[in-house]
Amino acid sequence: MRRILVLFAHPAIRRSRLNRAMSEAVRDLEGVTLHDLYEAYPDFAVDVDAEQALVDAHDVLVLQHPLFWYSAPAIVKEWIDLVLEHGWAYGRDGHHLDGKPWLQAVTVGGRESAYAPDGLNRWSVEDLLRPFEATARLCRADWQQPFVFHAAHLAEAGEISTAAERYRARLISLRDGAPMAAAG
Amino acid sequence: MAADGFLVSAATYLGAAVVSVPIAQRLGLGSVLGYLVAGVVVGPAVLGLVAAGEDVRHVAEFGVVMMLFLVGLEVQPSKLWQMRGGVFGLGGLQVGATAAVVAGLAILLGTDPRAAVAIGLIAAMSSTAIVLQALKEKGLLKSPAGETSFSILLFQDISVIPILAVIPLLAAGHAAGVEAGHGGGTLIDDLPGWASALAVLAAVALIIAAGRLVMRPLFRVMARTRMREVFTATALLLVAGTALLMQAVGLSPALGAFLAGVVLADSEFRHEIETDIEPFKGLLLGLFFISVGAGIQMGVIVDSPLAIAGIVAGVVVVKAAILFLLARSARLQSRDALLTAIALSQIGEFAFVLIAFAGQNGVLDAGTGGLLTASVALSMLTTPLLLIAFDRLVPGRAGGEDRAADDISERNRVIIAGFGRMGQIVGRILIGRGVPVTVLEHDAEQLEALRRFGFTLYYGDARRHDLLHAAGAEDASLLVVATDEKETTTEIVEMARRNFPGLKVVARAFDRPHAYELEAAGADRIVRETFAGGIEMGAEALKELGLPAFEAERIGRIFRRHDIEAMEAMRELRKLDRNAYGLAFRQRREMLSRVLTRDIQTMRSGADAGWDSEPIREEVRERVRAEERKETDSTSSR
Repeated sequence: MRRILVLFAHPAIRRSRLNRAMSEAVRDLEGVTLHDLYEAYPDFAVDVDAEQALVDAHDVLVLQHPLFWYSAPAIVKEWIDLVLEHGWAYGRDGHHLDGKPWLQAVTVGGRESAYAPDGLNRWSVEDLLRPFEATARLCRADWQQPFVFHAAHLAEAGEISTAAERYRARLISLRDGAPMAAAG
Repeated sequence: MAADGFLVSAATYLGAAVVSVPIAQRLGLGSVLGYLVAGVVVGPAVLGLVAAGEDVRHVAEFGVVMMLFLVGLEVQPSKLWQMRGGVFGLGGLQVGATAAVVAGLAILLGTDPRAAVAIGLIAAMSSTAIVLQALKEKGLLKSPAGETSFSILLFQDISVIPILAVIPLLAAGHAAGVEAGHGGGTLIDDLPGWASALAVLAAVALIIAAGRLVMRPLFRVMARTRMREVFTATALLLVAGTALLMQAVGLSPALGAFLAGVVLADSEFRHEIETDIEPFKGLLLGLFFISVGAGIQMGVIVDSPLAIAGIVAGVVVVKAAILFLLARSARLQSRDALLTAIALSQIGEFAFVLIAFAGQNGVLDAGTGGLLTASVALSMLTTPLLLIAFDRLVPGRAGGEDRAADDISERNRVIIAGFGRMGQIVGRILIGRGVPVTVLEHDAEQLEALRRFGFTLYYGDARRHDLLHAAGAEDASLLVVATDEKETTTEIVEMARRNFPGLKVVARAFDRPHAYELEAAGADRIVRETFAGGIEMGAEALKELGLPAFEAERIGRIFRRHDIEAMEAMRELRKLDRNAYGLAFRQRREMLSRVLTRDIQTMRSGADAGWDSEPIREEVRERVRAEERKETDSTSSR
């Protein structure tokens, strides 16, 4: 059984129906640590030592967040900037992320058709997540096919609970699954 | 009446100082020259207001003792140990070489060899008072030249003991040898050599032990009385007592005072003691210079001007040449070496004592003695002039790179006044960040408790500008005023603004009106003492009510920004009209509450629309509906 660290980031969680539902769906899962970054660091003063210890104590890294401006909310960037240090996460002596599955779990406001060459946003969500993929690769982490929930703005209650179930299932398979396919 | 006489001479001396020193300073000549000239003017030679005054000089010499005590306060014991090479190496060579060369020249000029040796030894001495005062005024005490000069002066002070022992031996032909130490007989005159050596060691040990074990607790008790004059009296008593003890065993009182100063250099009372003694030292030192000026015997100079000019010029040149070579050999840059050479080129005040002593022992005859005394006084007059010439003629700043580097670290220094609940947090943050901090605290009990936690603290009332000065306010970049009494804080801020215009001031305000008051007093930054705590408490309350931490914290920050803006906006209003201020205050409060409510309610509009808001959802839905309509149209048309 792999231990999963979910780095969850939403600056206004009370207004997020989907991310709240997804978080609640995995919160009580055995082997899963749900780490709410905005709750832990409302002042953005990320505790690097504590975060690195947390990463060390888990086998899988999940970054769960809404897609804001084709990227993550600010605190995710802050976390990456500070915690993934040279000599710890990457570089000749940085091996703490070696081979760890890295899953980006994002909710996206628009429908899938809007994230296409002829759509409003022109690129697919997978394309837009390339900076995270590049980060994971530099750290020799094992980039997973992202979990993307489209059309969050339009989702009805039923779709939301389905998405939460799919997310939960994805984490369970990451937790219990035999060798996983390095996607992407 | 004796009292009248005292008042007259006190008024004369003070008047001479008050008139001449500002003029000398204004002309860029330094205070020493001002005092010396004032002495000449009021002395027998010109106005005749005061007598040549041996007794005045005797009192005034206590100023030199105090000066050495103050210098000692600045020298950490570890620093003294580092200086040993300079003191014994350079100092020893300077005294030895100068004495030898001057004695040789004197013999060549036909002086009796024994007298020549005495003259050489006398000429080797420099004037601690003149050198330190002049270097201090130029801010050069801690420069390479200043430190070298000080080392050499220290050795000269030590060498006085053997010189006093040697001079009677020179009087071999005059076996009658007068048994008189300088300043009267000492307690140990009758003891055999080993016993007096033992007595000297015992006295030194006593100063060190008493300084550590007795003086510190004593100062602590005195501080607790909160009577400033008692504290001052204790400090003066310490210096006087040390001087007496040193005289009793035949050591230089100045040397003993220096030692006592070093012992107290790392005590928390250092700055307060410094501040208390400083004015006494300044006055007595001035008195000393005046008495030297008054003592210049114009008669002798008029009788043999060429001889005296020759002696002064010869001695100054020989001393300076030897000092320059020594300083260069100690790897000083030539500019610093030259400065050291000029600074120490005069013959010191101790020569007066030695000349008298040699005269009593029959080593020098009266004529030579008079000639020498006049030469010594005149040589003291040359130093300030030579230093002015040095400043004008030699380009470049003293010290070079070393000094520049020093300056930077000095400028980062922070003084914290008041080390209570607030000052301590500031101090811990700064110290944690590696910023050198000097702490002043007025509560002796608080002080003692904190010392146990390893803080470097000094006792004293930060309202005194001289204490801030002693704490290094001139070199510091920042003053944090964290005292808890409103009036005290305002007073300190005003005083600091007045006396140290370059110093940035961060002050602790009791409340909003006090903050305005501090602003008017000239504080650069003001922190209301309960402001940050109140905001934090508000945010914690919101969290406890179930608000996510990030939102609660944000609300705290928004409140903070608004409140600071309100303070800015209402500053002018407050000055104009109390009622308008009250009204504006209420309006501001309502405005703030509207802003915060908007932020707390799920923010359907406004600043936070970026994070998943209803308008975005609405727009997306519209777009989708439009697309669906288009699709339906095209399907139906097919």
